[in-house]
Parts: sequence; structure tokens; C-alpha cells
Amino acid sequence: MSRSNTWENLDWITILVYLFLIVAGWLNIYSAAYVENAGSVINIDSQYGKQMIWIVFSLILGFFVLVSDSKFFVSFSYVLYGITILLLIAVLFFGREVNASKSWFVIGGFAFQPAELAKLGTALAVARIISSHGFNFNKYKKLLSLLLVILLPVVLIFLQNDAGSAIVYAVFILPFFREGMSGLILFFGVFFALIFILSIVVEPIVLLILIIAAAMLTVLILRRKWSDILYALVLNGSLFLLFWLLVFLAKDSQPDSYFILLYSSLLSSGILLVYGFFLKLKQVIVICGIFLASVLFSLTVDYAFDNMLQSHQQSRINHLLGVEFDPLGSGYNVNQSKIAIGSGGLMGKGFLNGTQTKYDFVPEQSTDFIFCTVGEEWGFVGTSLVVLAFVFLLIRLIIIAERQRSVFSRVFGYSVASILFFHFSINIGMTIGLAPVVGIPLPFFSYGGSSLWGFTLLIFILLKLDTNRREQLH
Amino acid sequence: MDSYSKRKNIVILIFVLVGMAFIFKLFSLQILDKKYKNIATRNVLREVVNYPSRGLIYDRNKQLMVYNQAAYDLMAIPREIGTFDTLRLCSMLGIHPENLNRELQKAKQYSWYRPSIIARQISPENYAVLQEHMYHYPGFYFQTRTLRRYAYNVGAHVLGYVGEVNRNMLNSDSYYLMGDYYGVTGLENTYETYMRGEKGASFFLVDVHNRVKGTYDKGRLNVQPIKGKDLVTTLDVQLQQYGELLMNNKSGSVVAIEPSTGEILALVTSPTYQPEEMVGRNRSDNFPKLAADTLLPLYNRAVRAMYPPGSTFKMINALIALQEKAITPRTRFMCNHGYHIGSFSMRCTHDHEFTLTPSIARSCNAYYAHAFRRTLEAPQFRNVREGYEKWQEHVLSFGFSQKISKEFSEELSGLIPDANYYQERVFPHSRWRALPIISLSIGQGEIMTTPLQMANYAAILANRGYYYTPHLVKEIEDETIDNEFVSRHYTTIDSIYFDLILDGMEHVMSVEHRGTGAGSFVPGISILGKTGTAENPHGADHSTFIAFAPRDSPQIAIAVYVENGKWGSTFAAPIASLMIEMYLKGLIQPSRKNLEKRMLESNLLFPDEPGFVKVE
Repeated sequence: MSRSNTWENLDWITILVYLFLIVAGWLNIYSAAYVENAGSVINIDSQYGKQMIWIVFSLILGFFVLVSDSKFFVSFSYVLYGITILLLIAVLFFGREVNASKSWFVIGGFAFQPAELAKLGTALAVARIISSHGFNFNKYKKLLSLLLVILLPVVLIFLQNDAGSAIVYAVFILPFFREGMSGLILFFGVFFALIFILSIVVEPIVLLILIIAAAMLTVLILRRKWSDILYALVLNGSLFLLFWLLVFLAKDSQPDSYFILLYSSLLSSGILLVYGFFLKLKQVIVICGIFLASVLFSLTVDYAFDNMLQSHQQSRINHLLGVEFDPLGSGYNVNQSKIAIGSGGLMGKGFLNGTQTKYDFVPEQSTDFIFCTVGEEWGFVGTSLVVLAFVFLLIRLIIIAERQRSVFSRVFGYSVASILFFHFSINIGMTIGLAPVVGIPLPFFSYGGSSLWGFTLLIFILLKLDTNRREQLH
Repeated sequence: MDSYSKRKNIVILIFVLVGMAFIFKLFSLQILDKKYKNIATRNVLREVVNYPSRGLIYDRNKQLMVYNQAAYDLMAIPREIGTFDTLRLCSMLGIHPENLNRELQKAKQYSWYRPSIIARQISPENYAVLQEHMYHYPGFYFQTRTLRRYAYNVGAHVLGYVGEVNRNMLNSDSYYLMGDYYGVTGLENTYETYMRGEKGASFFLVDVHNRVKGTYDKGRLNVQPIKGKDLVTTLDVQLQQYGELLMNNKSGSVVAIEPSTGEILALVTSPTYQPEEMVGRNRSDNFPKLAADTLLPLYNRAVRAMYPPGSTFKMINALIALQEKAITPRTRFMCNHGYHIGSFSMRCTHDHEFTLTPSIARSCNAYYAHAFRRTLEAPQFRNVREGYEKWQEHVLSFGFSQKISKEFSEELSGLIPDANYYQERVFPHSRWRALPIISLSIGQGEIMTTPLQMANYAAILANRGYYYTPHLVKEIEDETIDNEFVSRHYTTIDSIYFDLILDGMEHVMSVEHRGTGAGSFVPGISILGKTGTAENPHGADHSTFIAFAPRDSPQIAIAVYVENGKWGSTFAAPIASLMIEMYLKGLIQPSRKNLEKRMLESNLLFPDEPGFVKVE
């Protein structure tokens, strides 16, 4: 394992995309911070100057990773994981509170966020467990240790009151899926997470109609018979009318459509369930079962949220889901973000010519909402280029992961791709109104050293492992 | 190698789908949806209107009459107003919080995006203090405006006043924004489009806290305001001032015209108000009082009051009679204490025969009854109606029964009835005869004229048969005035007939000829005039007088009405003679100081105040 081997096997394509994103990111931070400082004399070399230092350090860090030994990351994965966990604990005691989150170490003028490194430690530990001899998703003992490895940083980060960074860990479901976890878990995980979010975010009747529509669609896809849909609709519709009339006659007032629809659809799916049992129609049973489960689940979430949680807990969950603190009325931040991006047009307003981002219409314009600067100054050309570069990088990382002989490297590769994907999709999604407002950075773009170092280490460790892709690293 | 490797495709699919979703959404946000561009511009652009200074107004001798003074209005754009300390703002402005809230409410009703005036004409001291604190009040800013000031506090009805635009103006002319000023009446209104100038605009970039961050696009879009055009009026401000003094405590009007140009030298209406009373905050206090005044100070009598012309109309009847060959200069008519036919009598004061010239000097009614009847019954007409139609045609050519000025939107036209009018009212069942309408011969009856028309009539006599449209504007900066103002309008009377009439008018002022206006004779000036008494069914008759001077190359023609002044010779003739003397000589000669004093002090309106003259 010579040094020359490292440079020969190095995936330069990934390095190039990485460099492109870093440079583009710095230019946008420069632009976002440029005018902000034009008015005041102090902090003249603030954000873009500091970011330049972070970038230089990142490159040095990347270089050291490349000249190190791959086996180090495998052997010391638990140790590295342990160190990041210790940092997470330490920050609870010695950290400084910023924006109500106690997640920063402040040394001198520089702040450091251990949660950004914890993702790396967790990815290494996860790769180590899954690659360990005889690991199988059916072996509960191994599975339990895997879940504990993930839950430990999640709990610690939650304790820091930094929910955004904690939910990133949900994305480990993707490497698990790749390594053989049941597809149903991915499906139901996503499905019930969706219902959980929707029960809090949207009106109950909208959600109920959505669930009914989804069930009908599933029936259509699985049974391919329009008549089934018709029967179900007739059944539900007539029950609905019957209930409506009964309530109307009994109370002599306009009945609440939501409850009528709820009871009629619950009853009709119950009837269909019994019908399915008698005729042994497996698909009908499954669909009705899932339907009943999801409706009851959403009712439970609703009830629990409204009656069992205290208001600060409610607002914390709202915060988590993006139904959050909004100083100027509902959706102000996202709206301003969309205005900034939308006003860029095809070609953008040009470098340093953005007005929405410069003049503080967009919140957090150099960190969480940095994509607005891209949109406003570089237009659709710039935004689509950035999106394409990210998707290209993600696919490249998957390709790299798939060519590994070592399971450890593959799992780690998937973890890197998934973590980047989560940040990419939630961050950009939030700026264009497709995802809830969760305060997590856009990799390589958002201002901040910790996240840049975290992502750099993730990528360069993978690239280092990749230089030994033909070797079994255990 | 491992059984799940195909799952990589699902993971890649998820990445690609999310990427595609983003690109579609970005495409729709950035390319398809155009609204974000506008919103972004609205977010950061603050347009500040730079108001041009309104055109100045000078008198005919280039003396400044109307100028501007800076004032500051507090403006607000409701959408941009944040939370602010209402009480503090109010105390700095010196207004009541209730007023502030009411104005804000009004502003919101008008528009959330366009600026409205919240407080008007803030003093420079308050402005200086407030300006320091404006960053506490996002959505508020100052607008520099100008107020009208008057070097001579006269000519209110001529100059008109400036006020805030109303909703109709806002809807009909896009030039105006809420709170803009425009000329509401008078010259300010007539020449609004010249005097208002062109607004400029400055575009500033503001941040989310409404702080100005710089000029937009390096100020390339900024437009400098273009100042309004100055107006040189035809008024002689000293004469106007003197006229208003003479008419003090009297109700009526004085209109003086330069015959050779049609330029109005003075246009006095009384009672009147002072222009300053209608400026800015004063107006809201004064307007209701003026509007409620029973003496109608807001009523422009010079162009709206309609009186019968009385004996001053005798010249036109003589001219028509001459033109229609109904009389000659030597034609004689008997005055037998009046004109008597059968049971009909028109009273007069003489008992001898008259020829034309003395009939004017001594204002003989009988002469004109005879002459008028002869005119209508002249052989060239098939019947009296046709004669009347011809008579009316001649009268209309003198500018009567029509709005002759283009500069007063409120002008009334007066009335010279047409033949159908009498057909219906006087001769519905009988044939036309001259006798029932014989009072037209001495300017009484149904005919109505305005002081402006009478002054124009005097100018026609001075010009021997033509007039220029009476007008108030001599020059508009860099513009040419209406062509109408420099073209002659000829009457239907040949100029050869005029000198006979002018002889009579000259004798009016002559003691030797026992003229009716001899008391107002001005040594050294040949004034040609005619007294009149306009019948007033509501009280004492109106004193009227028309005149011009001098006879050769006349410089001033004048009409004076003094309501309830009875005889033309008692008030109207002295006032006209003083005006003429003042205009031509620049002073009143010592021998006439008593007359001047009497006129200045005469009070026909307020019985409880000094100088009251009771006229029976």
C-alpha cells in the first residue's frame, strides 16, 4: 500500500465536484456577506474571510486523510464514535447557547459544533457494526446495538435542543435498506412518518380524504378493477348519507362532515375487512387493515398532540416540523426565500447584485438560506447547475460505494451519500417551499466551519477507503 | 456478490426524483412565475416623488404676485409600517393620536402600497427633530411640498386657490397621487397643466427595516422634476389692489380691459376674500365660513353676476338703428316726459326734441323707444319678428349671451333672448309688435349681462367695432398663448357709425352738455362713458357705468357695477373715473381727493359700521 497507489486510485471526479461546490459556496457567502458589511466598518473580514480559513483547513484535513491509512478508520471507528459522543456530552456542560440551542463550543473567535462531527462517528460505527461478522437484520441483538449507536447521538443532540441536526439520523434507513433491511420498513417508516407529520400540519378532514384516496388508489393498483372502487365508494357514500340524516334528524342541526366521514369510512372499511375475511381476499384485508391503522394512528397523534402535550412541547414539535416560530406571520421566511429565488429569473441578477438577500429580506442568508443567493444572483441556470452537481455527486458516491469489496466501505459510502442527500433535499426543499423549515446547512455552501469539516471528512474518508476498494479491510 | 445490490437503483432513483422535483419547482419559480420579480422589486424599491415647484404668477409689469414656500408632509406606506411608538410620534408632530389613527385608517383604505399623507405642512423645526428619529418609523417618510404665498393679498378670484386632489381627479388623471395639490379654481385651475410642472422621481433601495441602502441602478432611473411654467398675467396688480379698495364694503364688480389687446387689467369682485385665507391648513378653517357668508364672497360676480345693462345699452341700440338705417344722426325724436303711445308710457325727464348725440349724453329714454321701434319695424324686415332677429344678431356680435372668456370655468353667459322666447311668452296668440318689448331699448327687461361682458362692450366701443377675447394671461413661459387671444372679433356694425356714439359718450362727462356723468369728470383725461341704472326687483337699483379713455388710442375700458347703488352717477361713475385716472396717471389729482375719499369710505353693506350710505 504505497502512497502512489493512493493518488492513482483516487476518484478525481468526486474531488472536482467537491471543489466546484466549495468554490461556488464561497462565492455566494462572499456575496451574501459583502453588502451586509458594506454599511459598517467593523467585521470587515467576517464571514467570507473566515469561511476562506475553514476551506483551507478543510483541504489540509482532506489531504491528511488521504495520506493516512484506510485501516485506521476501520480499526478506530468505535474510538472515533466514542470521541464524538464525548464531545456531544461535553457540549451540554461547556457549550454556549446560540439561538436556544446549546450545541456550540466557542474557542477564541471560532465556534465549533460537535453535532456535525457526530454524523461521521455514527457513520463509521454503523459501518463497523453492519460489516461485522455474521451481521443480519434478523438478529435482534446486533440490530439493537445498531439502533443504540444511532439513538445515542440523537438523544444527545435533542438534549442540546437542536432538533434539526437530530432528525438527520433518520436517513440511516437508506444504508440499512441497501444492506437488507425489509423494504416494508422503509415503506411503512416513510408512510407513517408522513401521516404523523400530516396529522399535525394539515386539517384532519384533508388528511382523512388523502388517506381514503390513497386506499382507493392502492385498491386500483393491486386489484385493477374499477368496480371495486365503485362498490367501496357506494358503500362509504351511502353510510355517509345515512349518518348525516340520522344526526340531522336527531340534533336538528347541520352535522359536522368530518365526523360523519370519519365514522362512515371506519365502518365501511370494517365491513370490507369482514367481507375480505369471508372471501379470503388477501389484498382487501391488507388495504383495509392499513387504512384502519393509519386513520387510528392519525387520530391518536392528533389526540395526543392536542391533549397530552404541553404547549411548549407542542411548539417544539411544531418547530421540528417546520410549523415554527415565525416572526412576521405564517410562512414569511419561506415566502421571502421564494421571492428571492423566483426573482432571479433565468440568468439571475448577477454576482453581488442580489437585493433580497443583501437587504435582509431573506433570513439567515449566509447559512441556512444561502441557496437564495444562488437563486437570486445566478438564476435558474445557477440553481439547476447546483442541483445537478449535487445529484451527480450523490450518484457518484453510490457508484463508489457499490464498487467496494469491503462491506464496511460500502456501508460507509451509503451513509455519506445519504447524509449529504438529507441535507441537500431538506435545505433546498425548505428554501423553495417543498420541505418544512428545518435549520440544517446546505453542504459546502452554508457558512460555517464545523459542517464544512464534517462533510469534507465524510467525503475524503470515503475517497481514502475507495483507494483500497479492491481490498477486504477486515 | 450480495443479494441486495439491485437496491442501489432504488436509492439512486430517490436521489434523481428529488433532484428532478427541485429542478421542476425551480423552473416554475424562476421562469414560469413572473410575480416574484415584481414582489422583489416592490420589496426593495422606494420611489420618492420629487415635486416640481409650481409656476410663479406675475402681473403685467412682471411684478411677482404668487410664489412658493417649502413645507413638509409626513407620508406613509401602510404595507411598510411596522410597530411604532404612536405617542412619541404624535408628540413630535404635535398632533393628537386620534388624528394620526384616523389618517392611517384613511391611508389604508386608499392603498396599502401607495403613499398617503399622514400629517400636512409640518413646521421646519418639527421636521428637523423628526428627521433624526425616522429610522424608528418604518413606512414613514417626508415629502417636501410647496405652499402658495402671495406678494399682494389681492385677486383671489382671478388667481384661484390650490388644494388637494379629490377622488375624481385621482381616477381621471394618472398624473395625480393621493394628497397631491392642484389648482381648484381661477388661473391655478385653468393653467394647471402648465403650472404644475412635471414630477420627478428618485428610486432608492431599502432593506427589510426600511433603511435606505443606496440609489437604485446608480440613479439611472431617477427623473429630475421640471418646474412648472411661470405665468405673466394681464393684471395690473396696483390697479387690481386699488379696485378692491374702492369696492370695499360694497357689493359688485369692476372689470377693466385694455381695448387694443383684450387684456384684463383688473377684475374685481366684491365682497371677496384674501388669497392667503385659502392656503394649506388655513383653508379648512376659512372655507366653511366663506361658503356660509350671506354676502357670497366666494361668488365671482365679475363673471357670474347677471344684471340688466340699463341705460349703458343705449349705445348699442343706437348703433343698430344706424346700421339698419332706422335713424340718421339728424333724426329727431320728441321726449314728452317720456314715450307715450295710447295707454302705454315709458317715463323720462325731458320735454324737448333730441338728436342722437345729446340723447346719449343726457340718457333720454323716449329717444330710444322711438329708435328701437323704428328699427324693428324697418321696411327691410317683413315683420317685427324678423326685425327682432336682426337686432338680436347684432347684439350677439358684441359678445353678449355667451361665455366670452375661456379662462373662467364658472363664467355664466348672460341672456339675450331669441325670437322664440318672446314668441312663446309675449306673442303666443298675437302678431309681433315692438311695444311689448320696448324696454329692451333702454337695457331693461329680460336681457342679462355680466360685468365682464359689459367691460368687453366698452372695449368694443373704444375699438369702434371689434374686440379681442378678454383674457387674463399675457405670457406662459416657453409657450404661446391661445391664438384666440390675438384675433379680432368684429361686430356686425360698421365702424363709421361709432364716432357719433362716442361724441355722445364724451358729452356724458361734460358739465357743458349737462351729461349724466359730469360729476366724475377728470381734468386732463378724455373719458368717454355712460351711466346706467339696472332695475332690481329685490331692492334698490344697481348703479352701473361703462367707460373708456382716452378717446384716441384708448388704453382702458371699464365696467363698474355697484349693487343697490341706484344711479350710475352716484357710485359706478366715480369709481370708474378713479380707476381710469389711477391707471393712466398713477395718482389721483388733489381736486379729486374728496371724491376718492368718499368712494373709499362708502359702505353700502353694513348699516352698523362707519360710512354707511343709505340708498333709497
